[in-house]
Amino acid sequence: MGNLLTIRGLALEAGPRRSPTRLLRGIDLDLDRGEVLGLVGESGAGKSTAGLAAMGHVRDGVRVAAGSVEFDGQDLLRLPRGRLRRLHGRHLSYVAQSAAASFNPAHRLIDQVTEAPRLHRVASRKAAQADAVALFSQMHLPDPGGIGARYPHQVSGGQLQRAMTAMAMTCRPGLIVFDEPTTALDVTTQIEVLGAIRDAVEEHGTAAIYISHDLAVVAQMADRICVMKDGLVVETAPTRTMLDAPREDYTRSLWSVRSFRRPEAEAPAPEPLLEGRGVTAAYGRVRVLHGLDFAFARGRTTAVVGESGSGKSTLARVLAGLLPPEAGEVVWGGEPMEMRLARRGSGTLRHVQMIYQSADTALNPRHAIRRILSRPVRRFTGRRGAALEARVGELMDQVELDRALLDRRPGELSGGQKQRVGIARALAAEPEFVICDEVTSALDQLVAEGILRLLVGLQRELGLTFMFITHDLAVVEAIAHHVIVLENGRIVEQGGRDDIFERPRHPYTRRLLASVPRMDPDWLDRARTRDLQPHA
Amino acid sequence: MKSLLRSAPPTALFGMVVLAAVAITAVFAPLLAPYGETEVVGSAYQQWTSAHPLGTDNLGRDMLSRMIFGARNTVGLALLTTVLAFVAGATLGMVAALKGGWVDQVLARAVDVLMAVPPLILALMLLAIVGASIPNMIAVISVIYLAPVFRLARAAAMNVVGLDFVEAARLRGEGLGWLVGREILPNIWSTLVAEFGVRFCFVFLFIAALSFLGIGIQPPTADWGSMVKENATLITFGDVTPLIPAAAIALLTIAVNLIVDWMLHRASGLET
Repeated sequence: MGNLLTIRGLALEAGPRRSPTRLLRGIDLDLDRGEVLGLVGESGAGKSTAGLAAMGHVRDGVRVAAGSVEFDGQDLLRLPRGRLRRLHGRHLSYVAQSAAASFNPAHRLIDQVTEAPRLHRVASRKAAQADAVALFSQMHLPDPGGIGARYPHQVSGGQLQRAMTAMAMTCRPGLIVFDEPTTALDVTTQIEVLGAIRDAVEEHGTAAIYISHDLAVVAQMADRICVMKDGLVVETAPTRTMLDAPREDYTRSLWSVRSFRRPEAEAPAPEPLLEGRGVTAAYGRVRVLHGLDFAFARGRTTAVVGESGSGKSTLARVLAGLLPPEAGEVVWGGEPMEMRLARRGSGTLRHVQMIYQSADTALNPRHAIRRILSRPVRRFTGRRGAALEARVGELMDQVELDRALLDRRPGELSGGQKQRVGIARALAAEPEFVICDEVTSALDQLVAEGILRLLVGLQRELGLTFMFITHDLAVVEAIAHHVIVLENGRIVEQGGRDDIFERPRHPYTRRLLASVPRMDPDWLDRARTRDLQPHA
Repeated sequence: MKSLLRSAPPTALFGMVVLAAVAITAVFAPLLAPYGETEVVGSAYQQWTSAHPLGTDNLGRDMLSRMIFGARNTVGLALLTTVLAFVAGATLGMVAALKGGWVDQVLARAVDVLMAVPPLILALMLLAIVGASIPNMIAVISVIYLAPVFRLARAAAMNVVGLDFVEAARLRGEGLGWLVGREILPNIWSTLVAEFGVRFCFVFLFIAALSFLGIGIQPPTADWGSMVKENATLITFGDVTPLIPAAAIALLTIAVNLIVDWMLHRASGLET
């Protein structure tokens, strides 16, 4: 018996036949029974397309130009639809990035999880449900017997992702394709989901394709790693070999991203630009921030870290003036700061600027870049005519964008370019304090690194003070001077970056730090054994 | 524009041809019509002849000429009324979505009251109060049709006001006018345009209905709705003449809807 899955010369294309967009340009993949293959690459590299093709599925409007996908001796791409459908869910299954979007909110979990075995007549309803409960407990879900009765919105994101993995397992398929299953999760949740997935895959001897842009995550899961770029396989090698001795330059560049560090040797912390005392804020009756005391040093980067729901973004909204605090005061350069947006003078409006996570929603899709940039320049600096035009061009230069892009709309730009426009818009006001809300989370690692380098450069050049909100501790380590750790709306620890990273005092900080995947295939094992021990 | 027309399906092209024909007729009515709008040219209810291709009506006026002038009155008034309803409804809807809080509550409740009463009865009542005249009718129908436009614009704007670029504009200290006109309107434009087509038909039929009831466009002004009424007795004699203005109403309604369907289809598709 040969491989479980053999992909040969697979090429997929979309768009008009005369000038097609080539999504995959002839890739070869092999997968043994029980083996886990990691697919790594930037967005647009064709990872997801390849993952779906491994199941014999191509999206609407996509054509197979050449090649074959052989699963267990049958060519999936030439199988009639009905035969393929009998394989899907039964022998081939799929775990999507967003479990929240993949579960039907109107049905209970158990009914959705047991749908495949009932549909394929693998098990009776009763047997399928019993099996589902067993899988739930294997996925370390709380209350495995009862959780199935809940609806998708009644369980957390991490639990839902595990339930989805259980769903993929119900028919004991030969192959599961995981498409970025933990990307949307917090690090502390991610570690649980990764562990559960790996245990389950190992125990049932399931082969898997694990797609992720996060190398450290793939390193934990995969036996072999395959790096893709522009629809081609760049390099395939066993995990350890790939990590220790990558052959290709592109692979090495992916690996080196994580080693970006702010060049050091800076003067000791100057006086604070902005200080908060006892800042308390609430949405309606739900109190989100509980008496925070903090300071942002002038010309420095202060990272605010914590899980989702910890109040990071709320703090940003308070400082931006969007959510007036219930109590406490904020002092800006020695003077109390107006916290209601409507009462802020143009000086304060100008000094506090924001850069958003998702450049797609941060830029008005109906405005050309020129308008997006010239409006704040006009409002805040009063420039008109040629001076305005010159300033807009200068902003484009500052964020290293081609001035020719000025007449495009955001939809015609790449993710990294859009984020740069977002930065330029913030700079247009000539601010002092810039709030960066997860600015790199939606970007590929190489692109994200470019943005971080840009921000560090701008800070040195313009003396900006950054409040850097992120859940990605690798980013914090790369660019922060100071770190504020938030948990449930309280500051549990704050201090210099090196203090926090090397001598974390609070258990929550330690747990957060320990949850960040490392580029070491044994990290998950060590992190989990440590996790099982009682916290100090 | 050329590629836009080429991509249009035959149904939409048909709609556009009909609409263009009606528009040309309305604009050039005095040039196209063989007789005057209210000119009595013969005896009542004449047969179709070469002098009067569609015969004459109950007062001996030329039917074809009245059809041509009717296009101008009926379509023109419907257009004006719909535009008014849209300008007011969409603006209020976007303001309500942006402001939220009590502004939103007050506006939304007021609109609920308007929508709670059947439109035809409301129109009859209001026109009975203010008196039947063309400006009054336009005002009354605009107010009635402002309600659904408000709700649509509010719902569509709600999806946009939460986006970061609106927040960024607020943080810049932009005023209400900029937020509504520059940030939100361009992003809900296609929805509004599609709705405009549908509402235009409704308003058009509504005016025709009011005219048929005798409180819309007043005689001797020609309009398609009242022309059906004036000549209704002919039907009992097996004459199809009164059905011609009715058919014109139907044709225009269908034409506009074909165009709107296509626009909706385009708006729902991938659009940059």
